Amino acid sequence: MVRCFLIHTVCPVSALGPGDSRVLYSRVFGPDEGVVSEQNREVSPERRRVLQREKVSVVVRQVHSSVSLSREASGRPPGETVPGEEALALQEADSGVVRLRAGDPFHEEMSALWLGVQSLGFTLVCEPHENLLLAEGTLRTLTRHCLEHLHMLGQGSEVLLRSNRVDALLSRLLPHGQLLFLNHRFAQSLEKEVVAYMAK
Amino acid sequence: MYDSLFLYSSFLKAELKSCSCDSSPGVFRVRTVYLPRCRNRQEKRRNARLSLKMYSHGSESLIKQARDIHESELQKFFSRLVKLLQGKELGHETVDSLQRLLLILSATKYTKTLPPELQRRLASLLSSSAEQLQVLSSAVLRETLPLSGQEVNYNQENVVQLNSHAASLLLSQAQSRADLSSLCAQLLRGLEGRQSEGSAHSLTHTLPILNSILTHSPESLTEDHVTLLSKKLVDWLRYASITQGGGASSGGFFTGQRSRQPVPTAELDGTVSGDFFTVLCVGQGFTDDQWMNVYSFSMLRHWLLTNHSVSNGNTTADTAHRLQLSLSLSHSFSNDDRSEVDGSVVSMVSATSSSSRLLPPRERLREKAFQYCQRLIEQSDRKAQKRIDTDLQKACLVEAVCILDRVCEEDTSLVFRTFPCIKALFGRLSSDLSFARVLLPIAQFYLHHGETAAVDCESVWNLVFGRFPAELFNDLFLAHELLRFLRLNLESLQARVPQYTRSFPNLLKFLAWDSPSAVDDFVDLLPSLVTTGTAVELLHTLLDLPCLSATLVLQLRSACQPISDTGGRALLSLDAFRSTSYRGLFLFLLRGEAGSGDTIDRLSTLHKLLAEAADWPRVVQCSQTVPVLLHIFFNTVVTVANDKLLAHLILVMLERSSLLLNVPKYIKEIHRVFSCHLLRLCKLHPSLVVDQSHELLEFAGATANVYSKEDIYTHVVWVLGEYLSVSCDSRCSVRLITSCFETLEAVLFEITSSAPTPGAVCPAPRVITTLMSALAKLASRSHDLIPRVSLFFSKLRTVTRGGSVPWCNNEEDLVAIVTRGEELWSLLKAPGVAQSVLTPPTHIASPQWHQDTNVAMPLRLRALTSLTHPQ
Repeated sequence: MVRCFLIHTVCPVSALGPGDSRVLYSRVFGPDEGVVSEQNREVSPERRRVLQREKVSVVVRQVHSSVSLSREASGRPPGETVPGEEALALQEADSGVVRLRAGDPFHEEMSALWLGVQSLGFTLVCEPHENLLLAEGTLRTLTRHCLEHLHMLGQGSEVLLRSNRVDALLSRLLPHGQLLFLNHRFAQSLEKEVVAYMAK
Repeated sequence: MYDSLFLYSSFLKAELKSCSCDSSPGVFRVRTVYLPRCRNRQEKRRNARLSLKMYSHGSESLIKQARDIHESELQKFFSRLVKLLQGKELGHETVDSLQRLLLILSATKYTKTLPPELQRRLASLLSSSAEQLQVLSSAVLRETLPLSGQEVNYNQENVVQLNSHAASLLLSQAQSRADLSSLCAQLLRGLEGRQSEGSAHSLTHTLPILNSILTHSPESLTEDHVTLLSKKLVDWLRYASITQGGGASSGGFFTGQRSRQPVPTAELDGTVSGDFFTVLCVGQGFTDDQWMNVYSFSMLRHWLLTNHSVSNGNTTADTAHRLQLSLSLSHSFSNDDRSEVDGSVVSMVSATSSSSRLLPPRERLREKAFQYCQRLIEQSDRKAQKRIDTDLQKACLVEAVCILDRVCEEDTSLVFRTFPCIKALFGRLSSDLSFARVLLPIAQFYLHHGETAAVDCESVWNLVFGRFPAELFNDLFLAHELLRFLRLNLESLQARVPQYTRSFPNLLKFLAWDSPSAVDDFVDLLPSLVTTGTAVELLHTLLDLPCLSATLVLQLRSACQPISDTGGRALLSLDAFRSTSYRGLFLFLLRGEAGSGDTIDRLSTLHKLLAEAADWPRVVQCSQTVPVLLHIFFNTVVTVANDKLLAHLILVMLERSSLLLNVPKYIKEIHRVFSCHLLRLCKLHPSLVVDQSHELLEFAGATANVYSKEDIYTHVVWVLGEYLSVSCDSRCSVRLITSCFETLEAVLFEITSSAPTPGAVCPAPRVITTLMSALAKLASRSHDLIPRVSLFFSKLRTVTRGGSVPWCNNEEDLVAIVTRGEELWSLLKAPGVAQSVLTPPTHIASPQWHQDTNVAMPLRLRALTSLTHPQ
């Protein structure tokens, strides 16, 4: 299962510290880890929410540093694309995977797959035994739809003001964090629904 | 605030429109092979410009506004929203306001409470007919705390009727395992009642939710649940329709109606499917059970992995179900083995399928999973017409092999049926490295079951430890998966695959290429690579890791740049890499296995050739991980090594301290690690100092080392002073102590009698005091030497009376040196005292009185324990 899907910055943000990122969208799937763990049963729901947010920011920080290091190592600056060039932006995107050790921040070990499109990162946190080939494909598809339907290559803030589009996207392509084996026909059928939703 | 946010967003929208039609003629793209150079100013400017794109100040300010909203404004916003929601028509404005509410709630990590009225209105929106409102209300409520009455939902009978968005809210707000259990029970009841209600729409999200609950809390499922779900999965996996669903034009998820003339589904290459439906079958449209087939297969592996943890050993129930099921399953038999009835070509999979109807549900599912995976493997050999399907075939192969592995682990009798297929698959894919990530699960299968089936695994390991790291070191995902594979199977690999430890030069390529990602795995793996046989070579290899990193860059560059290409940025190292005279050196670095000699004689040549690589980011990153790994190496090696090996390692440290690639800070860091572990090794085995006294003295006698290797030099002098003593090793003769004294004396005399050469720095005060202490210690063990060292101290006092000396330009340091000298001098005036202070017997230096049973303390403690913990 996928534990969460995140969209965040991977560039310096003036209001934040050098390694920090802004989380623009986060969706954690399933019940909270704290509900079922032995240690955190007494934790109040408010506190659990804060903990969950902290977990997300730990992941984002790790991914941000991984993106920066990988870009530095390859010596290749992120490409520049303009709205309308989503496919190209996706093709030029950097990608990678980060191992999140058990307890840092999830109870069990996780793999965080990321895709860096210019100044934004798209991250999928998967259980480590998950089919990463499938996860990679799903992450690419999700990213492409986000870029297209939220016009993310431009300067807008639609990801903040229309986050329901991402929710709707996830409910089809990654329902409750389940990676799906979709051949092109199944994918087309779901994409049609996505397009219909976005048109509203 | 509400208005300002509103105005702001409308302003942004206006801005968006103007931006989206902007074609930015000034933007250019450069696509060349980039040289790994430090970023120049132009690039930095470009990045700064980039950071303005995509993430705008607008977004930042929206978040800030959402966070800073005043309570009074928020309340006004809430009441306005309630009013909006009371209206009959929920239009664009409602959607907009809900979205803004969501932004306000999610912008802060602290939970905000909504007025109960608003919360109730939102909850009722969950069942709205407009999906947008469902999505938004679910998202908003996820960001709030559930109302106290809301748990009711878990017990409502209509939980299955909930749409996916409402269900995800329920899942995320579950407060306990009990909540999850009851949700689970409800969903499963829905599955059972499916036939009568025929509402397939809710079923698609049922499986993912169940899977999610299973991940977090497998105990929420009972044995009955497992039985039911296993049964259902069998139906969906094996007996989905093999004709196409309604035409693609019908649009909706499940709204498609069947065309009158059933058209069979097709394989990915366009031919008509001859067997049961799988995720690799295509059609114009799909039926409900074909959708369920996709969902079932997607969760199958996880289900097989976890369903055993639901309730173990409940065998009586299992046998009872055997009987019960042979009756209750009859509905699925009606369409059993449809492919054969169909009269079309039946593939090997179905033809060989045994009649499994009488098996208990879990075993039946295992059998069907086995067939499904075999069919997928068959289907993956077909040439797909779309690229997305080619990728899917690979993903399916990974999944199929993993499922087969799992199934064989549960039932070893399946191993013999599975191996021919796995072997054939390996044969088909092993020569094509683009299938490397599929071959890894196959390797896992061989590792798990190769012994049972008595299969030769040699060629599998040659691939995993040979070609993969050597040729695919730059595939980050493969690296991640391979290193994880090694971590998970460490014990069996060490026991059964001798290639593993030998292949460390190859495996370390992953680390050399992408150190930041791989270092975490190597922290776990490195101890398993340290053996008495590999230790010395491993140490050298770790120290040369930055060279390997540079060489890998050159290897790739050399492959993608034609030799004739002499662009402005020709690299000397690249020329060297291509030149035949240095081939041996580079080939040695790129070797795949340990034990093929060494190049220590020509290392300095190699370092010179690679000098320009010292500032390549990849090399710098790599050099930063080496100290960490060296610490792990030394910590492990002391647990496996004998004295002879440790002595050898000390030699390697002394030798390599001057043979390192000159990466900024790298040398200094390595010296620090060496110093630390030299000390630890000598502390653990003091006789090493006598063993290696010749080499240590040679090192300590070279004055140049005082300046270039201050850290390590200080430690060598310290261990000589500390451990060259009869109490550490009886072989320590007076002659040895005297020769050591003379060597150190000469160096101390040299560095304190003259000014350093122009341009050089003064010797570190720490080196001087350490030398003085070492001399005093040695003198205290051989009293003949006391007058000589006392003479030095008196001279020192005379010389420094003037206040300044050429070899120390800091007054405080000089005072400290002189004070130290005077202390030692006065100590040596009473030789007996000096000896007990400078070379204390071990029982005084490291008291262990608490372990001494004759002392009263342990007795008292034991008495107290027996009182407080009576038998």
